[in-house]
Amino acid sequence: MSATSTRTTTGSEAAAQPPAAPAPRRRRAPRPGRIVLVAVLTVAALYFLLPVYWLVVAATKSNDSLYGSFGLWFDDPRLWDNLSRVFSYDGHVYLRWTLNSLLYAGVGAVLATLLSAAAGYALAKYRFAGREAVFKFVLAGVLLPSTALALPLYLMFSKLELTNTYWGVLIPSVVSPFGVYLCRIYAEAAVPDTVLEAARVDGAGEARIFFSLVLRIMTPALVTVFLFQFVHIWNNYFLPLVMLSDDRKYPITLGLVTWQQAADRVPELTQYTIGGAFVSVIPLAVAMLVLQRFWQTGLTEGSVKE
Amino acid sequence: MSTSVKPSGTAAARGRRRGRPDRKAWAFLGPFLALYLFAMVVPVFYAIYQSMLKVERSGPMGLGEPSVGFAGFENYSLALQQETFVDGFGRVLLFGLVQVPVMLLLALVLALLLDQVSHRWAGLLRATYFLPYGIPGVIATILWGFLYVPGVSPVTDVLGDLGFQPDFLGYDNVLWSIANIVVWQFAGYNMLIIVAQLKSVPQELYEAARVDGAGPWQTALHIKIPLVRPALVLTTVFSIIGTMQLFAEPLVLKKVAPAVTTDYTPNLSAYFDAFANANLYLAAAKSVILAVVAMALSFGFLSLVTRKQRSER
Repeated sequence: MSATSTRTTTGSEAAAQPPAAPAPRRRRAPRPGRIVLVAVLTVAALYFLLPVYWLVVAATKSNDSLYGSFGLWFDDPRLWDNLSRVFSYDGHVYLRWTLNSLLYAGVGAVLATLLSAAAGYALAKYRFAGREAVFKFVLAGVLLPSTALALPLYLMFSKLELTNTYWGVLIPSVVSPFGVYLCRIYAEAAVPDTVLEAARVDGAGEARIFFSLVLRIMTPALVTVFLFQFVHIWNNYFLPLVMLSDDRKYPITLGLVTWQQAADRVPELTQYTIGGAFVSVIPLAVAMLVLQRFWQTGLTEGSVKE
Repeated sequence: MSTSVKPSGTAAARGRRRGRPDRKAWAFLGPFLALYLFAMVVPVFYAIYQSMLKVERSGPMGLGEPSVGFAGFENYSLALQQETFVDGFGRVLLFGLVQVPVMLLLALVLALLLDQVSHRWAGLLRATYFLPYGIPGVIATILWGFLYVPGVSPVTDVLGDLGFQPDFLGYDNVLWSIANIVVWQFAGYNMLIIVAQLKSVPQELYEAARVDGAGPWQTALHIKIPLVRPALVLTTVFSIIGTMQLFAEPLVLKKVAPAVTTDYTPNLSAYFDAFANANLYLAAAKSVILAVVAMALSFGFLSLVTRKQRSER
């Protein structure tokens, strides 16, 4: 410590000294600020990982050792056995829920992205009467609380006999005012007017320009909109809760809560709830890590510009 | 855009000549607008309509055939007279006053600290903090629920060994246990929005500050924090809207925490009115009140911020 403390004099003084010692790129001595920095970041990481780590450990346990052993360490791991029971319970209902979730989130997010892209592009690149009014009208939707909307949607959809159908969840999921907002800002900045004009001179129709040219230019924004909407639908609970009554149409969120709530009658459901949560969390966790950079691209382009 | 306004006749002719058929815009807007109207706008008005209806019973002692009649604002006054419903608003407001600042402060601190770390570590840590955003709220609540319940939870085990007897699900604590779940889920998401704003700042600005002799603390306080202000405004508005809608977390915790009642939050109250008490009209009124309060709060915050900004200039 004494050797390093002489080195960590003020920066200018150190720089003024001739590079006498043959120690280029020497590691900076850990200043107190540095130690606090690392400590805070590490504690935060532990906090965010704790429930996920607990889940990984708990998913390998039997129902008994869930209560009988220390929660943060393994005890007679039997992950495979647990997971096969999760999937086979009640006529493979968990598999149904997984497929439903993928259908709602996958199809919903693709359609939401396409609709947002078209609307955002139109608002950015065409001049027409009422353009700003339409944009403000759409922006109001961003501030509308989505779960306050779920009950009214249920009231209306039950009149139209759309409740307890896949449509009941899918239709509201493809509307993303925030996606339109992001797409408009991105298209304004990224789609050059000259390219559009050139394509028109070459005789390309508006639809063709959009599908073959504009969508390609807007890809980074579209990936972001897709990811946000996918997670939004995947995580949604209130809407399917009010819309669906048949448990074969449930997404994972709804299904797992049903299991959790029934666990005092059927004790093994506690373990199935944990196993089911494990199966649904791990792929998404991996996707979050891998796709991390896309989240940021879109955010830099759009949401934070006032 | 900046070209001068021309008489409409020539402008239209110019549009045709250049081949920019602006009317086609409606073809691109159409599908979105149609669904937006159908799934967001119409339901709002339908809810307002429903909130003004009531079931009327006729005949002796109200045993006759029930019929639907006009109620005016009866459901609204009924809802606002329900002490537990109004208490629910008080509860989520208190919740928001504590949880939103704590979460955003954590997000801001993490975003600023990550700026001081080498590129590789920053990426890994950022992804770690952001991870909970991908976990559905109900699943996050199930997980934290296990960490709160004595007997299963390693947290209560460890604290118990240290001589503490925490009661995470007790009457006084459960609201803050829910707050912890929400912070856990969304701190990383908000951090990412702030990080994105930090990245959009030209690097020369930081260089200039360094040349002028500003340390990391001064750079953070005097340059970075003022610069991420728009991101903080945005995340605050989203957090206010999110807080008002608090629903899934208390509903799931209800199973293990008796302190959580059916009208713990306004949203829960509306839900149980609709599905347990079969009073759709009252539930519709409560939904409308909730939406109005949420929008009023977020608009109120926005106008407060912009007014302050103007007076500062």
